[in-house]
Amino acid sequence: MNSSSSSSPAPAKRPRSYRPIPGLGLSLGISLFWIGLVVIIPLVALVLMSLRLDAETFWNVVTNERALMAYALSFGSALVAAIINLFFGLLLAWILVRYRFPGRGLLDAIIDLPLALPTAVAGIALTATFGPHGPVGEMLADMGIQGAYSRLGIVIALVFIGIPFVVRAVQPILKDIQPELEEAAATLGATRSQTFFRVILPALRPALLTGFALAFARGVGEYGSVVFISGNLPNKTEIVPFLIMTKLEQYEYSQAAALAFVMLIFSFGILFALNRFEKARRRLPRIVEATA
Amino acid sequence: MRFTLLIAFVAGLIGACSSKRGTGTAGATGSDTLLNVSYDPTRELYDAINKRFAEVWRKDTGHDLRVKQSHAGSGKQARAVIDGLGADIVTLALGYDIDQIASKGLINKDWQSRIADHSSPYTSTIVFLVRKGNPKGIKDWSDLIKDGVEVITPNPKTSGGARWNHLAAFGWALRNNANDEAKAIDYLAKLYQHVPVLDSGARGATTTFVERQIGDVLLAWENEAQLATRQLKAGEFEIVVPTLSILAEPPVSVVDKNVDKNGNRKLAEAYLAFLSTPEAQEIIAQNHYRPRNATVAAKYAADFPKVELLEIDKDFGGWAAAQAKHFSDGGIFDRIWTQKAAGGATP
Repeated sequence: MNSSSSSSPAPAKRPRSYRPIPGLGLSLGISLFWIGLVVIIPLVALVLMSLRLDAETFWNVVTNERALMAYALSFGSALVAAIINLFFGLLLAWILVRYRFPGRGLLDAIIDLPLALPTAVAGIALTATFGPHGPVGEMLADMGIQGAYSRLGIVIALVFIGIPFVVRAVQPILKDIQPELEEAAATLGATRSQTFFRVILPALRPALLTGFALAFARGVGEYGSVVFISGNLPNKTEIVPFLIMTKLEQYEYSQAAALAFVMLIFSFGILFALNRFEKARRRLPRIVEATA
Repeated sequence: MRFTLLIAFVAGLIGACSSKRGTGTAGATGSDTLLNVSYDPTRELYDAINKRFAEVWRKDTGHDLRVKQSHAGSGKQARAVIDGLGADIVTLALGYDIDQIASKGLINKDWQSRIADHSSPYTSTIVFLVRKGNPKGIKDWSDLIKDGVEVITPNPKTSGGARWNHLAAFGWALRNNANDEAKAIDYLAKLYQHVPVLDSGARGATTTFVERQIGDVLLAWENEAQLATRQLKAGEFEIVVPTLSILAEPPVSVVDKNVDKNGNRKLAEAYLAFLSTPEAQEIIAQNHYRPRNATVAAKYAADFPKVELLEIDKDFGGWAAAQAKHFSDGGIFDRIWTQKAAGGATP
């Protein structure tokens, strides 16, 4: 997930004493301690909790039909939502960076709201809008489409909460792209689409990928807004986090942890692969360089 | 940057160490505190009770009393207490949840026999809430599975209230099918086919029915239904009492481990004893819970229609048995929905 932070070029070699942050030893020590305290220790506790189950129960819990359906639904809807956000996020970032229009500042501020809003509030607002008697839901119903209480509803909620990630990842990079590059492309005879696909898009790709990964990761784990709009019908609209909640309600901590563990492995695998993919494309200088 | 981080970190540590709760410091300061961990719909009830009890306590002991309240889903609250939330008393929706706390050693196993009436100073039941004029003509459980009727009930996997709904429906179906369990399950399966949304909690289901205007009938706690008809949107809804329902006994208990640590057992026990006094029973009735006290019950009889009630211990073999049979993984609820999905009902 650190591709955005590492996307700025490594600082040129400077005398060590000029570095505002002390050497690798202390920085790494504090970082590892901190990450260990707030991320790794809780995750290890989660894994240990799930290991209290015997192998057979563990396997049954994480591979029964209902769980498989829930994984497919959670990862599938997060993927669809992240793809939608990729396109609309790019478009939003584009108009925010490249154009001046009345209300632009307001729009820019609104982008972050899904992050600040309590997810339950988002869920209630979305359900009110997309429910069968809501303003948009009613229109959808006329077309024979069910908005809230369906898989579509889940995707809508995940699109809502995922928007800021793509926009905020792309915006600063887009700002840095010199319009001269596009002019140069044009003078060299590139068509509009050539300029977009061969000049702008390659420069944005790392940021787009980061935004996509963040939106996807957030969508996979989202609980608060989805439970309101999904309807929670078993075998139909049950996301994995809801399944985990049902395990907790039965005081089956270990089974809940087992499901969470599987989600964690999947999510980590996907995010790690995305990260590696991007690294391989860019052939970044390795971090070791800084210790020299 | 480094210093800011260090300062933030150190400040965080100091904060974490010094924020230990100072509960039950009776005597010297003359002020007592009590933490009551309760479930969602009791908010208004305990606001009123706490106010009155603080006056009684001051009169009896001369101490000021501050009762802190915590409200959330009943199961969630039980887990919080198990995980270390320092509740002095718990007032939850199901005996099952307090049993779980007791199984972790925080409450004595005999908790339910320590206070009269199975430690439930008030009761409630499950009723139907329908839209004004009852356009679908819903009178009893059999009407819920008629064509074109949509039923709103929460998901019994996550909602305590939904478990009462499910069991009441099951009990009625058993009674009307000469105790044929297969037929009763069949009724439940039909019932759930009329449910378009399974909200995660009782308040969520009320919102779906009242605000989203989805469904023709809401299966609800009597107190929630009364709140909806009298306060939320007066005149838009009617309560229908079915021929048979279930006696919900929301239990209360002192959390032994915590009161012994906090030194406020006397206060906690006095608080729970107060719930059974005629004065508290009046407050309970005014908040739409059925009082235990016969005199108070007679006074508020008009608010609480007579209805035959099934009992969890007598008719369902207690919570542990009902939970295992109906709501555990692979139980009746799961089997019904698995069949439904296999029947090709997936959109």
